[in-house]
Amino acid sequence: MRTLRARLTPYALIFPGGLWLAIFFVVPTLVMLSLSLQSGNVVDGFAFTWNWHSYVDGITTYHDQIIRSLLYGLAATVIQILIGFPVAYWIAFKGGNNKSVYLFLVLLPFLVSFVLRTISWQFLLSDNGILLGPLRDAGLLPQDFRVLATPYAVIGGLSYNFLPFMILPMYVALERIDPRLLEAAQDLYASRMQTFLRVVLPLSLPGVFAGVLMTFVPATSDYVNSSVLGGTNTTMIGNVIQNQFLVNQDYPVASALSFTLMALLLIGIFVYARALGTEDVLEVAAR
Amino acid sequence: MTEIQAGPGAAASAAPGSQQTPAIELDNVVKEYTSHGEVVRAVKGVSLAITEGEFFSLLGPSGCGKTTSMRMIAGFEDPTQGVVRLHGQDVTSVPPNKRDVNMVFQSYALFPHMSVWENVAFGLKRKSVETAEIQRRVGEILEVVDLTGREKRRPKEMSGGQQQRVALARALVNRPRALLLDEPLGALDLKLRQAMQIELKRIQRDVGITFVYVTHDQGEALTMSDRIAVMNDGLVDQLAAPREIYERPATKFVAGFIGTSNLLSGTVDKVNGSTAVLALGPSDRILAPVEGAVSVGDTLELTVRPEKITISTEQPEGDRSVVQGTVSEVVYLGTSNSYAVVLADGAEITVFQQNAHDSTITAERGDTVWLSWQPQHSYVLR
Repeated sequence: MRTLRARLTPYALIFPGGLWLAIFFVVPTLVMLSLSLQSGNVVDGFAFTWNWHSYVDGITTYHDQIIRSLLYGLAATVIQILIGFPVAYWIAFKGGNNKSVYLFLVLLPFLVSFVLRTISWQFLLSDNGILLGPLRDAGLLPQDFRVLATPYAVIGGLSYNFLPFMILPMYVALERIDPRLLEAAQDLYASRMQTFLRVVLPLSLPGVFAGVLMTFVPATSDYVNSSVLGGTNTTMIGNVIQNQFLVNQDYPVASALSFTLMALLLIGIFVYARALGTEDVLEVAAR
Repeated sequence: MTEIQAGPGAAASAAPGSQQTPAIELDNVVKEYTSHGEVVRAVKGVSLAITEGEFFSLLGPSGCGKTTSMRMIAGFEDPTQGVVRLHGQDVTSVPPNKRDVNMVFQSYALFPHMSVWENVAFGLKRKSVETAEIQRRVGEILEVVDLTGREKRRPKEMSGGQQQRVALARALVNRPRALLLDEPLGALDLKLRQAMQIELKRIQRDVGITFVYVTHDQGEALTMSDRIAVMNDGLVDQLAAPREIYERPATKFVAGFIGTSNLLSGTVDKVNGSTAVLALGPSDRILAPVEGAVSVGDTLELTVRPEKITISTEQPEGDRSVVQGTVSEVVYLGTSNSYAVVLADGAEITVFQQNAHDSTITAERGDTVWLSWQPQHSYVLR
């Protein structure tokens, strides 16, 4: 009896989460996959016909938006690494006894709704808003200067909104580095820069890797920043999918675009993991 | 000093080659920390000179300032006061990466993302040594620490003893002027630790580098060191060769910390030349060599090592210290027996007696016994 229970325990632990994912992730995903291969319209109904055209149509029509999304996502990810790494480093090594306070501050914006935060950026960046208005009135900016509805606003919003997801995993990786390793490097004649490049950076890569996954994927498929901060020339694939689903009600094309995006992101992650050396990343992470 | 002084280099001042410039010098070094608004004095004024090629130990309980002292030599801590010199040069404000000393860390601090070879080559690469030279020296030192063939391993794929040897190789490959070792054997089990003690001593003789060894393990320090500085509460209590420290502890603390020792105190009854006679109980007398002025009526504290004491059931003859007591405990230790004997004044004395074939004395719990030892084995504490 005991041994049976012991054998069943691992399954019992995974059961609630597994069931949750099965019902709310696997089933809808399969439904969407099926939908992407159907033909018909919302009035007459859809039928499964192995209709690959939704994929072909989707990609040929919207390849600009797909590429733009990947570029925006990439740009936002790079900006977040550049902004986030020093923050994570500072909290991990210089945070002293107040580390949890600083981490809380990093997370504080999350207490405000995602959409609301983005709308507040709209206020900040609008042409006559509190930031640009006075600067333009003072003659510091040209009259036709604008940020809102440009790619900069969208990339800025994406970088801002997902930043904590970048900082937290990098912090975790940096915090786990034994400070004595830094002393050992110094003892072995490494300058501060060499210590950083040879010891801190390689050991923090698993955190950077996790941070990139957690920000690049949602940033690439985001549609809120583009619709609130962007204009007609900044439409991302997320906006297209949303539009196809909710406005045009062209479910097969919307589903096909979703799967195309998913496939591209998976390929991207795979290539990225390979380039970074997954084995090394996982090995250090497992330490 | 009398005949008790034993062996060459027994006196603190007569370290081998003390005329030359010391390899490492701490000159009245003080280290203060501020912790929760309070100033903590970890090191309260330590001065010592470590000779080139010496195996020097900093020995003491945790919190005595030994590790802080070593970290000031390495450059990881700035002294609040005082001067650190390496080969006569003031390095007090020189950062660790510019000091020609290397350290073996307590938990090894091996770089987990590098192979054994990369770990060992790290220092040479930073010093921009030629690739061929790096190859040669890394290969050489891995041979010395018996790790040839394991160059590609990662630290976590190795046992504790092997990691320890990688750490040693990583420091030694740079041919530092001095090697600092911070409790390097602390994480190993007893057998391995003993093997590594011998190994370390051999390596030190082979490479001829000054070793500064921090430990709280007195056995380790006594076995390996040329000289030992016993530290207590931020100060050096005694700096001398192991034998001197063991035979002639300078303070009560040293006597208690090094080995087992029996503390006795008594009033001076008579002074015969350089020997004081102390009275304890009615049939007790303790003979102790004294230096300087001691007069009748003074109270002296002295120590006697357990293995110097003879236990007997009959009153011993001769010119020896003799005390009487009752056996309160007998512990069989294999090669020896340990007796606990309570004296008339309540003091408890430990006695070790070898299990030699001719030892016929077998005292039992509750027996009244005489303890005796030669006068020179009473060591008066200053």
